[in-house]
Amino acid sequence: MASEGAAAAAARTKLSVRNLNFYYGKFHALKNVNLDIPERKVTAFIGPSGCGKSTLLRVFNRMYALYPEQRAEGEVKIEGENLLTTKDDVALIRARIGMIFQKPTPFPISIYDNIAFGVKLFERLPRGAMDERVEWALRKAALWNEVKSKLGQSGTSLSGGQQQRLCIARGIAIRPEVILFDEPCSALDPISTAKIEELIEELKADYTVAIVTHNMQQAARVSDFTAYMYLGEMIEFGETDQIFVKPRKKETEDYITGRFG
Amino acid sequence: MAASIQTDDVNQVTAHTAPQAPFARRASPLGDLVFAGMAGGAALLTLLMLAGIIVSLIVGAWPAIQNSGLSFLTTAEWDPVKEKFGGLAMIYGTLATSIIALLIAVPVSFGIAMFLTELSPAWLKRPLGTAIELLAAVPSIVYGMWGLLVFSPILATYVQVPLQKLLKGVPVLGSLVSGAPVGIGLLAAGIILAIMIIPFIAAVMRDVFEVTPPMLKESAYGLGATTWEVVWGVVLPYTKAGVIGGIMLGLGRALGETMAVTFVIGNFNQLTSLSLFEPGNSITSALANEFGEASPGLHQASLIYLGLILFFITFIVLAFSKLLLMRLARNEGSRT
Amino acid sequence: MSAVASPAQAVDPRLPLHRRRKIVNTIALTLSLAAMAFGLLWLIWILVETIVLGIGGISLATFVESTPAPNADGGGLANAIFGSALMVGLATLLGTPLGILAGIYLAEYGQRGWLAPTTRFINDILLSAPSIVIGLFVYTLVVARTQTFSGWAGVLALALIVIPVVVRTSENMLRLIPNALREAAFALGTPKWRVITMVTLRAARAGVVTGVLLALARISGETAPLLFTALSNQFFSADLKSPMANLPMTIFKFAMSPFANWQHLAWAGVFLITIGVLALNILARVLFRSKD
Repeated sequence: MASEGAAAAAARTKLSVRNLNFYYGKFHALKNVNLDIPERKVTAFIGPSGCGKSTLLRVFNRMYALYPEQRAEGEVKIEGENLLTTKDDVALIRARIGMIFQKPTPFPISIYDNIAFGVKLFERLPRGAMDERVEWALRKAALWNEVKSKLGQSGTSLSGGQQQRLCIARGIAIRPEVILFDEPCSALDPISTAKIEELIEELKADYTVAIVTHNMQQAARVSDFTAYMYLGEMIEFGETDQIFVKPRKKETEDYITGRFG
Repeated sequence: MAASIQTDDVNQVTAHTAPQAPFARRASPLGDLVFAGMAGGAALLTLLMLAGIIVSLIVGAWPAIQNSGLSFLTTAEWDPVKEKFGGLAMIYGTLATSIIALLIAVPVSFGIAMFLTELSPAWLKRPLGTAIELLAAVPSIVYGMWGLLVFSPILATYVQVPLQKLLKGVPVLGSLVSGAPVGIGLLAAGIILAIMIIPFIAAVMRDVFEVTPPMLKESAYGLGATTWEVVWGVVLPYTKAGVIGGIMLGLGRALGETMAVTFVIGNFNQLTSLSLFEPGNSITSALANEFGEASPGLHQASLIYLGLILFFITFIVLAFSKLLLMRLARNEGSRT
Repeated sequence: MSAVASPAQAVDPRLPLHRRRKIVNTIALTLSLAAMAFGLLWLIWILVETIVLGIGGISLATFVESTPAPNADGGGLANAIFGSALMVGLATLLGTPLGILAGIYLAEYGQRGWLAPTTRFINDILLSAPSIVIGLFVYTLVVARTQTFSGWAGVLALALIVIPVVVRTSENMLRLIPNALREAAFALGTPKWRVITMVTLRAARAGVVTGVLLALARISGETAPLLFTALSNQFFSADLKSPMANLPMTIFKFAMSPFANWQHLAWAGVFLITIGVLALNILARVLFRSKD
């Protein structure tokens, strides 16, 4: 099915999903998902636990490929190229589509090396250029001022909110096109959460953002488009304002109004 | 194990204490005191053991310490007839074989651990892991005998002879492989030791690699890293404390190993040739071969002196590794 | 420096570096597989040789007859097997209670003070101490004083090896028991020593027994501690006050000798020890896993 909502059609599509089915072994986790994710906008995925929103996210960067019993069928096209069947190395795909996880995952190396880790995989930068890139990434993640004097310290010595911003900086440093957030604030306190939400607002100027969240208010605050999923199916997709004020499907309305969790 | 809370245990406890509560309360201080005393006493006993070992070694080695002092560590001449004793050859043998063993064992163990955690199909992990652990249980005398009667002839024919032909006349390397090709010597002992300590180091590495949080690895994969880059760049730094601990464990075993080394090292107290194929001696094999017949006096005391030095070396290795681990723990700061 | 590069521009310059990374990755993974095969190779080779060379020498005589004189035919390992079993059994009996008690101290009483951390550190040292040094210690303590090698000295040396192993495993197993269980017992008014013996230790017993089995397996194969303590004995003897025959020392002597009969017996002995030790290890595993 073509994307819903006139505004979505007006924005260019970055990721286009067609007839996507996903299986954990015999369990059919995603059922015939169709979706167009608009470029340079924030798209939120909401739905009750187990509806498949994280699963869907992990298809986008082929994270499921690490586990032999998981498989995906269908199409996920980025700029016309099907990610699921492309002959390109999966590592190159993952470099274009970054992911931030539920718990901050700083590598047990220095802050500087954390950021440089991804860059070194793909580019041979001399020291000065690398320093610049590290600073740029940290500024973009609103972390530079807090860590600029301690770049040599271990990434694990930062607070939870700072660690998550470090992971964001690390992901940005390799200049992806899409950034996926999988419940990025679930392990953080309200103040850190607010900072990250602010950051996401800024990031959409340069990147396409998809965020999975079980917090509806967060989705309402942060996103331009929202997708509601239930039991592996895409129920409704549209502009955030429209979904939350005037949902078209009854299931969506039931979830939004809290008739079930 | 938590789930196996036995309700009858709790019931038994209740049955024993509830009806007699007033008496129990008066009796328990004594019971507690006695038991705590016994437990504390047992703990104290380990301290006494260590003290006892050190003291008895020093006392036993005293005649030799008085006689040679620290020059014992730098003299190689060992002549029981002339009553001249210098431990350098044995110390060199111990250190050389252990270093050879580590040089071989550490990369191989790393490869095995990486295989077991990242490459192996799920159904193969348990049997292979068990196989490696069982290798650790094989007693060292088995390695020694196998080494002497099966391995050395093969080492002589397929490694020593070709190497000698290849490096004939080459200045340094040639002398390193000279000597009668019978397959014994420092290299043979080092290889056998390596095979012995691989299971220990590999098991520890595998255990710590396995508990690396999957989310951490996925973060690295998510940036586009290859499997090797994830293991080398993320898993290894994350587990470095455990890895170092494992290596130290292996080193400790290698330094103190007796039987695996004694069979193949050649039992020859010399340091005239640097060749890895010439017979040599380690502290443990010297003790094993000579102590039984050594006459009480300077000979025996010198051997005990060697034992004291060995104990000291293993103590240093252990203390160093503990210090290193403490440092690492402090530098990491908070860990999620 | 902050414009996002478009995909088409970004992929091309990355490709050469990427190809190199892929090659490095493939090499690393291949080496890893080779390492695994390398490790397995030795295990299989050693086990196969031991079985092949050892099983040929096993017959009823091995278990019934004592060790033969040099260059004589026939004979068996009965005295050595008996001696080993006796000394290993006694050593385990002697060392286990002490080890468990010390392990209890470390796990249950060790929260404050200096004794627990010190004991733990020292236990680690003893655990990694070369077993030949333990033998030397017992020599100076017992053999030099009594002017004779003896089975008791051998038992003592082996016990001193058992203790650190049991201390470590007991402490670890006791620590695994959640505090909630202890607190439930305390809440009933149970005195501490009863909580430990009747609740905590009982809950941890599978793990503790496993630790004891592993210690037993370890000393079954130890030769060095017996070199200067029990020595060995040609004949069948149950007298612990004199030198006692045992498998490891017998193997040592026979293997290094030029006599074919002795060498066959040495392989048989090696086979027996290996089977025994492996069986104990597997038993310990099975026990540990089933109690879970």
